[in-house]
Amino acid sequence: MSNVTIRQVHKHYADFHAVKGVSLEIKDKEFVVLVGPSGCGKTTTLRMVAGLETISEGDIMIGNKIVNELPPMDRDIAMVFQNYALYPHMTVYDNMAFGLKMRKFDKAEIARRVNNAADILDIKDHLTRKPRMLSGGQRQRVALGRAIVRNPKVFLFDEPLSNLDAKLRVQMRVEIKKLHQRLATTSIYVTHDQVEAMTLGDRVVVMKDGLIQQVGEPLELYNNPANRYVAGFIGSPAMNFADTMIEEVGGAVYATNPTMRIRVPEQIAARMGPHKGKPATLGIRPEDLHMASGADPEDLSFEAVVEVAEQLGAEIILDLKAGGSAMVASVEPTVKVKPQQKIRLGINPAGLRFFDATTEAAI
Amino acid sequence: MIEGAVWRRWVFFRLPMAIFLIFLLFPFYWMIITTFRPDGELYIPWYRANYKPFWTWNPTTAHLKYLFGETTFLIWMWNTTFIAVVATAISLFCGVLAGYALSRLNFRGAALLGTTIFITYLVPQTLLFIPLSEIIRTYSLGDTPWSLILSYPTFLIPFCTWLMMGYFKSVPKELEECARIDGAARWQAMLYIIIPVAVPGILSAMIFAFTLSWNEFIYALVFLSSPEQKTVPVGVISELVRGDVFFWGPLMAGALFGSIPVAIAYSFFVEQYVSGVTGSVKG
Repeated sequence: MSNVTIRQVHKHYADFHAVKGVSLEIKDKEFVVLVGPSGCGKTTTLRMVAGLETISEGDIMIGNKIVNELPPMDRDIAMVFQNYALYPHMTVYDNMAFGLKMRKFDKAEIARRVNNAADILDIKDHLTRKPRMLSGGQRQRVALGRAIVRNPKVFLFDEPLSNLDAKLRVQMRVEIKKLHQRLATTSIYVTHDQVEAMTLGDRVVVMKDGLIQQVGEPLELYNNPANRYVAGFIGSPAMNFADTMIEEVGGAVYATNPTMRIRVPEQIAARMGPHKGKPATLGIRPEDLHMASGADPEDLSFEAVVEVAEQLGAEIILDLKAGGSAMVASVEPTVKVKPQQKIRLGINPAGLRFFDATTEAAI
Repeated sequence: MIEGAVWRRWVFFRLPMAIFLIFLLFPFYWMIITTFRPDGELYIPWYRANYKPFWTWNPTTAHLKYLFGETTFLIWMWNTTFIAVVATAISLFCGVLAGYALSRLNFRGAALLGTTIFITYLVPQTLLFIPLSEIIRTYSLGDTPWSLILSYPTFLIPFCTWLMMGYFKSVPKELEECARIDGAARWQAMLYIIIPVAVPGILSAMIFAFTLSWNEFIYALVFLSSPEQKTVPVGVISELVRGDVFFWGPLMAGALFGSIPVAIAYSFFVEQYVSGVTGSVKG
């Protein structure tokens, strides 16, 4: 069993509280992604699991054994670094064999495992080369190979794709996913890229300022963000937010501001009780907006001015101005609009989300 | 390279380069020409009609014969080599370990210690030789190679430590972290990963340390007295300058042969040396 348990872990640096009580249960064979902006404590958390940073408070367990005081070599983990960290003076073969040599495997077994990994990763032709003769993608494969030959309990990935160009990144993302499906090793993956997080993770952990904001499956984060931060972080283009007041008129609940008056769907309205008469943030994803037609009711649409129309082929991204706030809408590619044109946008009521104006928690 | 018209390349690149080269190489040329010039040409006044300072038509090996036959020059060479090699080895060993510790182990006061070590390097030898000679006398090391082998590290270790500290800082720390996750203890990570990667830095520290001890003058002058214990710089000066008479021929021959090992050391390692001083490590 190689589940990982992080229990109330803190990390204090001299003048900085980097991780503020993170608790996380990672199941055996699970692929968990830690995602957040730089400085959110995700890398520090990963490095504490690896044993490269000491733990100020709390416990980390790998396979039900507390590893707080264990040096990295005894934790049976493998890590892939952002800059690959290939040993520049060794050939690709020796890079992959180093961990096995250190652990005193016999030569035949080392050769078997390295060749096997090289097969999986398609780097067989490069085994005798030095890392500096390889391209970025090949180096990344070697780094992955170095991790998989050891057959460790846990894989740790520290932003492994951020040094690659966009096209290669997408390709390697798929390969990492395939690799995980094939090896089924518990993995913790750190990234700042929410697309990477959504595509790779069985579960995604969104972090900010040393705290976990939400843990969940990718679609759960997308559909039911726990707070305004997660809502804005997950999804591309990001969710639109508008400051509104919650009012009750004749049994129906409305979110209003000078440019819009939106009827709150009933299942949310039922939870609006304590928020009536108070400000709340309305959130709507660009893909839940469309060009309004006659069928769209007045209280599920609003007016906006087109600033820029980005033609992407499969869709058009409209950058809009609705009253004081900037909005983004993703609309059908057949829509014809010009800059400065005034349009009316319809809202898909199922996509409406509301957040408390002060706590930012979802309502 | 300078772009543009031909004259620009001449004025801004080739001419300054030529002047610089002449300035740099002239002492060596003078050393060589004096070594092979007969005494009769060496000691004539400049206003004589046949005064030809830059060339000779009557080369002689008399000065070389004198240097190798009448003085203990070969013993000086051996002394200098022995002292420089052993002092360099000791200093490199300590410097590499100390440099690694100061750049990688985050212990309290590491930065302060690093600065302090650098400051000890700045203490002039002209001040340090007085207390040092007291120590050398106490342990009866005077007039032995060990007096120098043990006192050269006083400035070589700080120097090597400082240089290696800088170099180790340029080695990505992920390399070591990865090695430690791969199952290496700290000393194994250092031995198998960091030191092989730091070879250019170690080589440049070695060349510097070797040159500094080869050319060192004051300690050698103070701590050594008998002719057969002396090093080349001191031996040449003390045995070939008698009173106010300079034996220019043998002196220059001694200087020439004394500088050859250093020149060889430089040319042999120049590639690594340059990357050690300028380059960093690519992962």
